[in-house]
Amino acid sequence: MNKTSSVAGAPKQMTFRRSKTRLSDKIIPILLGMCALLSVVTTIGIVYTLLQESIIFFKEVPVWSFLTGTTWSPILPPKEFGVLPLLGGTLLITGIAILFAVPIGLACAIYLNEYAPARVRGVVKPVLEVLAGVPTIVYGYFALEAVTPFLQKIFPDMGIFNALSAGIVVGVMVLPMISSLSEDAMRAVPKTLRHGAYALGATRFEVALKIVLPAALSGVVSSFVLAFSRAIGETMIVTVAAGATPQLTLNPLESIQTMTSYIVQVSMGDVPRGTIEYGTIFAVGLTLFVITFLLNILAQWVARRFREEY
Amino acid sequence: MEAIIQIEKLNLYYDTYHALKNVDLDIPEKTVTAFIGPSGCGKSTLLRTLNRMNDMIPATRIEGSVRIGGTEIYGEDVHVEALRKQVGMVFQQPNPFPKSIYDNIAYGPRLHGIKSKSDLDGIVEQSLKQAALWEEVKDYLKRSALSLSGGQQQRLCIARALAVQPDILLMDEATSALDPISTLKIEELVQELKSTYTIVMVTHNMHQAARVSGQTVFFLNGEVVESASTDVLFSTPSDARTEDYISGRFG
Repeated sequence: MNKTSSVAGAPKQMTFRRSKTRLSDKIIPILLGMCALLSVVTTIGIVYTLLQESIIFFKEVPVWSFLTGTTWSPILPPKEFGVLPLLGGTLLITGIAILFAVPIGLACAIYLNEYAPARVRGVVKPVLEVLAGVPTIVYGYFALEAVTPFLQKIFPDMGIFNALSAGIVVGVMVLPMISSLSEDAMRAVPKTLRHGAYALGATRFEVALKIVLPAALSGVVSSFVLAFSRAIGETMIVTVAAGATPQLTLNPLESIQTMTSYIVQVSMGDVPRGTIEYGTIFAVGLTLFVITFLLNILAQWVARRFREEY
Repeated sequence: MEAIIQIEKLNLYYDTYHALKNVDLDIPEKTVTAFIGPSGCGKSTLLRTLNRMNDMIPATRIEGSVRIGGTEIYGEDVHVEALRKQVGMVFQQPNPFPKSIYDNIAYGPRLHGIKSKSDLDGIVEQSLKQAALWEEVKDYLKRSALSLSGGQQQRLCIARALAVQPDILLMDEATSALDPISTLKIEELVQELKSTYTIVMVTHNMHQAARVSGQTVFFLNGEVVESASTDVLFSTPSDARTEDYISGRFG
């Protein structure tokens, strides 16, 4: 049976050969691959350095006494290397920051998403993102020069260097991350779901809280975890405003020292290289690295676990 | 029969676009009324004015009167949430919440203050039975609503709307995203429901209007061209434009 519809002769001949082999098709994947490799190599390099120096340190100080010791006095005798005061300081700052930033950030996101007119949102969102770009040293002096004097009016006994002021300002720093990422996650919830709820007689607040927030939960919770790991690693604000007193305390009005600000203190150059005192910064750095690494894994797990398909 | 919905001289503007022009329409209680007409004729817009879903579109302006059960729904002291409880809606795309089947149905009653587990259980069972879905899902109430097929999801949405005990049910092209068998099931369901509820449906499908409705309203360019009992409108339309549309000459 003749299926061609042409009136006469053979059907039109076509070729799909390329006129020349493009060199770029071969080179570009290699270049891109090398860029990807660079970040992997850097990470491996960081881990290698941290481990190498830490191993030297842990030959002198047993890991167990490092992790469970409650006194941190690496420079002045009697020397003790218990990391808990630094860890406690870090967690105190992070806890204050999260307590401050999560409710406000979430309220911000809900406002921007469900209530704010397009005009207001168009102004507020870029401003929030600018807030995220302020250098942290600026935040540090903001804590020291503005927030601390203000807090001292409320708590007259509070010292100049204290955990509360630094913690709140770290909270201010991570606030845009929480509100912006949560807002993105809430914006991605389809409009049809909102309409379904409105049509049942739900108010805006009920829609935001019972439909949009649960549907956006994976994004919202990952923004919390990201903010948490950012707060743990924050350095300048705590170095400037929280003091340099490694002590195990839950009192936010006291001066403390975090792992990061300890590393800054030692890296200033007073401590000779190769000594055990110098090795402490790698041990502390490794501890910090492990914690943030675990948090990132947690963030990924959370994002998968709480994903509501829509 | 007394009209439960009375629309008089209704004009609606989206910003400067005049979407509904001088609409006068009465919709009787416990019947199925179908809105037909080509795309952009204003039929969905009118449907959404009945539960004030147009409120969410910025720059919408309304003139004229819409009374439901004798109350002016655009009046000053009207509580929109209370209105929407009485006037339920089913959308073009099935839109179950990403929750369990049970929680989808219980969402509305919970909003309106029902907390007792046994009350909720009763409402869930009754609503699913009314929507002819109970037999298919009764053993899987804890399963995600999104595991259901498109047709089942749409019946779930109908059950969800019925769970708050509305008087009126609006259906905005509720079968246009479904396959023919699911469509048939929903049409049968509408026949069942019309003894209890006033149903207003927008449809692109004239045959559906002819099969399901008691009254049909034909829209064109934001105006009501003709409103009559379905038998009359499809057999002896009084307006030439209606005849052109139902005989397939345009649209």
